[in-house]
Amino acid sequence: MVIIGAGECGGRAALTLRDLGFDGPVTLVGDEPHLPYERPPLSKEAMTSEAPLIKAIASDELLGERSIRHIHSVRAVAIDRAAHLVRLSDGSSLAYDKLLLATGSVPRKLPMPGLGGRCVYLRTFNDALAIRAHLKPENRVAIIGGGFIGLELAASARKLGATVAVLEAQPRILMRGVPAEIAEVIHKAHEAEGAKVLTGQGITAIADDGTRVRITLADGQEIVADFAVIGIGAVPVTALAAEAGLAIDNGIAVDGNLRSADPDVFAAGDCCSFPLAVYGGRRVRLEAWRNAQEQGALAAKNMLGANEAHAAVPWFWSDQYGLTLQIAGLSDEGRSTVRRDLDDGAFILFHLAEDGRLVAASGIGPGNAVARDIRLAEMLIAKRAMPAPEALGSQSVKLKSLLAA
Amino acid sequence: MSDWVEACAAGDIDEEDVMRFDHAGRTYAIYRSPEDEYFATDGLCSHEKVHLADGLVMDDIIECPKHNGRFNYKTGDARGAPVCVNLKTYPVKVDAGKVLIQVG
Repeated sequence: MVIIGAGECGGRAALTLRDLGFDGPVTLVGDEPHLPYERPPLSKEAMTSEAPLIKAIASDELLGERSIRHIHSVRAVAIDRAAHLVRLSDGSSLAYDKLLLATGSVPRKLPMPGLGGRCVYLRTFNDALAIRAHLKPENRVAIIGGGFIGLELAASARKLGATVAVLEAQPRILMRGVPAEIAEVIHKAHEAEGAKVLTGQGITAIADDGTRVRITLADGQEIVADFAVIGIGAVPVTALAAEAGLAIDNGIAVDGNLRSADPDVFAAGDCCSFPLAVYGGRRVRLEAWRNAQEQGALAAKNMLGANEAHAAVPWFWSDQYGLTLQIAGLSDEGRSTVRRDLDDGAFILFHLAEDGRLVAASGIGPGNAVARDIRLAEMLIAKRAMPAPEALGSQSVKLKSLLAA
Repeated sequence: MSDWVEACAAGDIDEEDVMRFDHAGRTYAIYRSPEDEYFATDGLCSHEKVHLADGLVMDDIIECPKHNGRFNYKTGDARGAPVCVNLKTYPVKVDAGKVLIQVG
């Protein structure tokens, strides 16, 4: 068994192969110098904690104990499907019976001239270390893109006292996947914490002279920063699969079992698109920690012949300042929303399809105020339940009671 | 050495639910099972030190509110990624309508 990509997905897949009792060789290939690690802390704890510790998914001892061979700092450069071989950047080759592509995604590049060494992206632990070095009270940071990575970084930067401006070209932050009502709560939290958030304005020019970055906005306003972080989305890493003749459709195209058209090649996590069963097989690609974990585990199962379809409901979260946002399902599936207010200003929006089926739930609040109800909503979504809107909207009706119905 | 401490009244926790209990600088989670029995574990998830009392109880499982790490709250056993370290459990008894846990 060979796994290309040693992130959350690849790491979980390798461990799951052993959990399921597979005792043949397992090789995990990663292009980073680190052990498989969790990426969510990179925009948060890796910035704000006293020492930037890497949160490893598996220690060297555990990998050794479970006989998982981890080849680091090496890229896979080609797949020879006929010969069942993967060629690596160090000139060596690996033979496989089953191959898992867990190549992940990389930050979308800002297609503009003028970017220099002070315009950076965040994907890896090493990227995080470089950004962390700049997050000081005397520094001004421009965050290009009001998505999760940018906003979480903005919150971390404010915590460390830096001057922060978030620049979003769309009319509001978090346009993709987050309802406006919730985005507004987050927007206000950033302003209350002293971050500047500018929306609805594209960037017309960037000049990075090596000491500072000057950004010109559509209305002529100029933002001067000591450095800029670009967070405008991610693109799946598919070149290896494409060159091997596998189909690409917004990611490496796999079936519900995460298998490509080649029965011996699987793909999972950020790099793949797959039919989402809960929405009738709508093809999606998810960039989320839990999806990477679940698909890594499912791919491992199917590499061993289980033939099990992905059935999970998408779920993701974001932490900014004291607020946590959690979303179960994809809110764009909804046609109407019902709001449920919880204690401490927390609230949940339930998204219902035309026929009344619960398709998604988005919640925000301090700490973990929405966690339990979002988890219950996720179960209701998985059951394809059609709960009464009045029950969803009333805090006195326990969601758990709807699950039993 | 090992003291029994009053945590709450038996009726303070719904069936199939959990409550946080802080005592002497430590935090615990007290559970009432669907079978109306009481259990106690360490209050923080072994993955990222999140209060489990904000999580969801289903049957004999508590799920961490942050990343859905699962534990059997009766035994403390971790039930799969991302958690791999078991929770410590504590003896519990109900006496005259009070839930007592044996700490330390």
